[in-house]
Amino acid sequence: MAPIGVDEWVARSGERREQMSGPRRLLEMAGERVSWWQRLAMLAIAGFVFGQLGFNLNIDTVAFNSVLYAILALGLNIVVGWAGLLDLGYIAFFGFGSYGYALLSSHAFGSLVNFSGGVHLPIIAIIPIVLVAAGLVGVLIGLVALRLHGDYLAIVTLFVGQAFVEVVNNIDPTLFGGNNGLFGLDPWHGFGGSIGSVHGYYYAALVMLIILMAGLHLLDGSRTGRAWRALRDDPLAAEAMTVPVNLLKVMAFSFGAIVAALAGVVFAAQQGSVFPTNFQSSVLILIYACLVLGGVGGIAGAVLGGITVTVVEAMLRSPTDSSYLFYGLILLAILVRVRPWQRMVAMLVAIAAFGLVMRAIVGAISHAAISGPHGSIGWIGTVMRHWVIVPTGSITFGNILYAVLICALILIVRLHGIWRFVLIVPTVYAAACCWESRLIVDTGITAQIVLGAILVVMMAARPSGLLGTRRVEVL
Amino acid sequence: MQIFIQTIVTGLVTGCLYALIALGYSMVYGVLKLLNFAHGDLYMVGAFIGYYIIQWFGGSSALIIPVWLVIIVMLLVSAVAVGGLGVAIERFAYRPLRDAPRIAPLITALGISFILEDSVLLLFGGYVRSYNTPSFIPYSASFHISGVNISSMQVLIVALSVAMMAGLFVLVNRTLFGKSMRAVASDREAAEMLGINVNRTIAMTFFVGSAMAGVAGVMSGLANEPISNIIGFLAGLKAFTAAVVGGIGSIPGAMVGGLVIGFCEAFSASYISSQYSDLIVFGILIATMLIRPQGIFGTPPLQKV
Repeated sequence: MAPIGVDEWVARSGERREQMSGPRRLLEMAGERVSWWQRLAMLAIAGFVFGQLGFNLNIDTVAFNSVLYAILALGLNIVVGWAGLLDLGYIAFFGFGSYGYALLSSHAFGSLVNFSGGVHLPIIAIIPIVLVAAGLVGVLIGLVALRLHGDYLAIVTLFVGQAFVEVVNNIDPTLFGGNNGLFGLDPWHGFGGSIGSVHGYYYAALVMLIILMAGLHLLDGSRTGRAWRALRDDPLAAEAMTVPVNLLKVMAFSFGAIVAALAGVVFAAQQGSVFPTNFQSSVLILIYACLVLGGVGGIAGAVLGGITVTVVEAMLRSPTDSSYLFYGLILLAILVRVRPWQRMVAMLVAIAAFGLVMRAIVGAISHAAISGPHGSIGWIGTVMRHWVIVPTGSITFGNILYAVLICALILIVRLHGIWRFVLIVPTVYAAACCWESRLIVDTGITAQIVLGAILVVMMAARPSGLLGTRRVEVL
Repeated sequence: MQIFIQTIVTGLVTGCLYALIALGYSMVYGVLKLLNFAHGDLYMVGAFIGYYIIQWFGGSSALIIPVWLVIIVMLLVSAVAVGGLGVAIERFAYRPLRDAPRIAPLITALGISFILEDSVLLLFGGYVRSYNTPSFIPYSASFHISGVNISSMQVLIVALSVAMMAGLFVLVNRTLFGKSMRAVASDREAAEMLGINVNRTIAMTFFVGSAMAGVAGVMSGLANEPISNIIGFLAGLKAFTAAVVGGIGSIPGAMVGGLVIGFCEAFSASYISSQYSDLIVFGILIATMLIRPQGIFGTPPLQKV
């Protein structure tokens, strides 16, 4: 039920961009003058300089994971973004690459008769073996996929992903290690050296990412890339125009599988071990989140999404940074969404005053009601200590508040005008109290909840992603 | 022979539970063409609601009201609450995305699933609970027929499931709501033009589908299955398989698919290995999809250029 004229609106997006004025126009013009390989070189230099700044191990790990997820999102983009095949078994290829690396560089094959010490190949041999194997498995899955359309394809691939976890978990525990996974893997080695740190793998992954981006850019503009987009936009019409639909589908699966396996090879080596839980559907959801957040169908979008999701997730999991992110997001939402600015200022003042008054009242009634342990540390913690209410039984209090908060949020969406304004003030305060008393205590759980909420809100606000462009879907 | 019949009984019970969840999946897919990944988590929420109702009435070994009343209260409260939750999810998460690209509601569904699972984990903790059914429905209440044990709970589950499916069948085929639901499923725009309140129909569909998931959750708890915040994922996946095997979007298909999956699981667990039962179920799914992509009762989708 698209409003009439939506095709026209999309078709004219180029014209509208031409007519833009002000700083945004200048920025776009400057951006257009930089060619794609210059941008890529800029990204490479930025990545290299970032690595050289010499941060601690935590930041190195996050940086490595960002690049890893960017690679994974790029691979997924080939299948989902370009060829338009909804592949929910993508994670299996990532796992395939990881387990492939693990088997070829550990004692795992030692359980078989003839390889008593296991197999320990140099990386220069492993990468081609694993990638070719992954490509062949991709062809196999692609052949299966030829018979299926749309959601049916999504369903079958979802089970392929599940089946992979089941297989490595249950079949031949001496070879795949079962639940305990495979560990004690060799680092990448060859040419007389080896990579021994997260830092090293960060550079390795960065080089892979840059090469991959260049390759994918060329692929995107090639005959194949254009044919994929034709396939995505309308398979039947593409077939009628003699586009080899079947070949393209198989190719898309195969290419996606190769990229995912490549990511798996670097992931397994960096972690030094592989476990079935590394390839659960929650990881798949995270990869999808990267791609969808960045914008399906674009190379830059996939990379941006990979970096954003990883950094946000890492921040949410850290007890210090999660407070910055939480209060920052609330503040940002108020600053961006509340218009005019007088009302916005009034709201901020009202929230601050409401908190101080509430705390004073509750503190006057019972001292125990405001003397609970506070979650946040650093300067935010100091500020919050004088503002929010956290009673001594803070966990139960926080749980109740959490339930109340969800009801209040639903109510806010339903209300309009002055009532919404009135309700937002105590809700924000309740959110702060809930955060301090409960949510920050279990950052792992909270991270998942906030991530889920970000996905839901993001999809409602901008379904095409950060860098995506709107396009009309033919159903 | 005893083992065979016992396996059939087990398969029938699990199959009925899967069928109830699968029905919700299928109905939602029918009207919205959306794979609602959060549906399995609604089943989990239903199981938790039942658990806390037992605790509310004094705990499993010291119930303060008669057992049959507890069961009725559990089923009713869970159905209404989970149904309401489903409607709220539809209203706030899926409705804004009716015209968005296909992938957007899918991601939203995954996000909702994250939120539900982890909210329960946050509020109630991650440890595994159980209804502890044997302490209020004693073992002596089961039927023993030539070596085959059928507990009264199993009888109740099958009877209730059959009754609910029959009720659903009547609801969909004989009432005005069912008619408008089928109309929305076949062509939403045309249905709207003919004066059907599409939003209300979709909300009602979510209510009915989610309520059945809630009831299934309580019944699985009564069958003394372990309850934790992650049970929704696997149950959802199995029910999903059931819906697909039967033909997604088709209501008799979901019932048959649920039974097929239940029997497959029970037979592979008792005759082959319980370790591989999940793999076998997935294998059946993939085989079915390749031989008959639209499922047993499904109709192949029309392709439009």
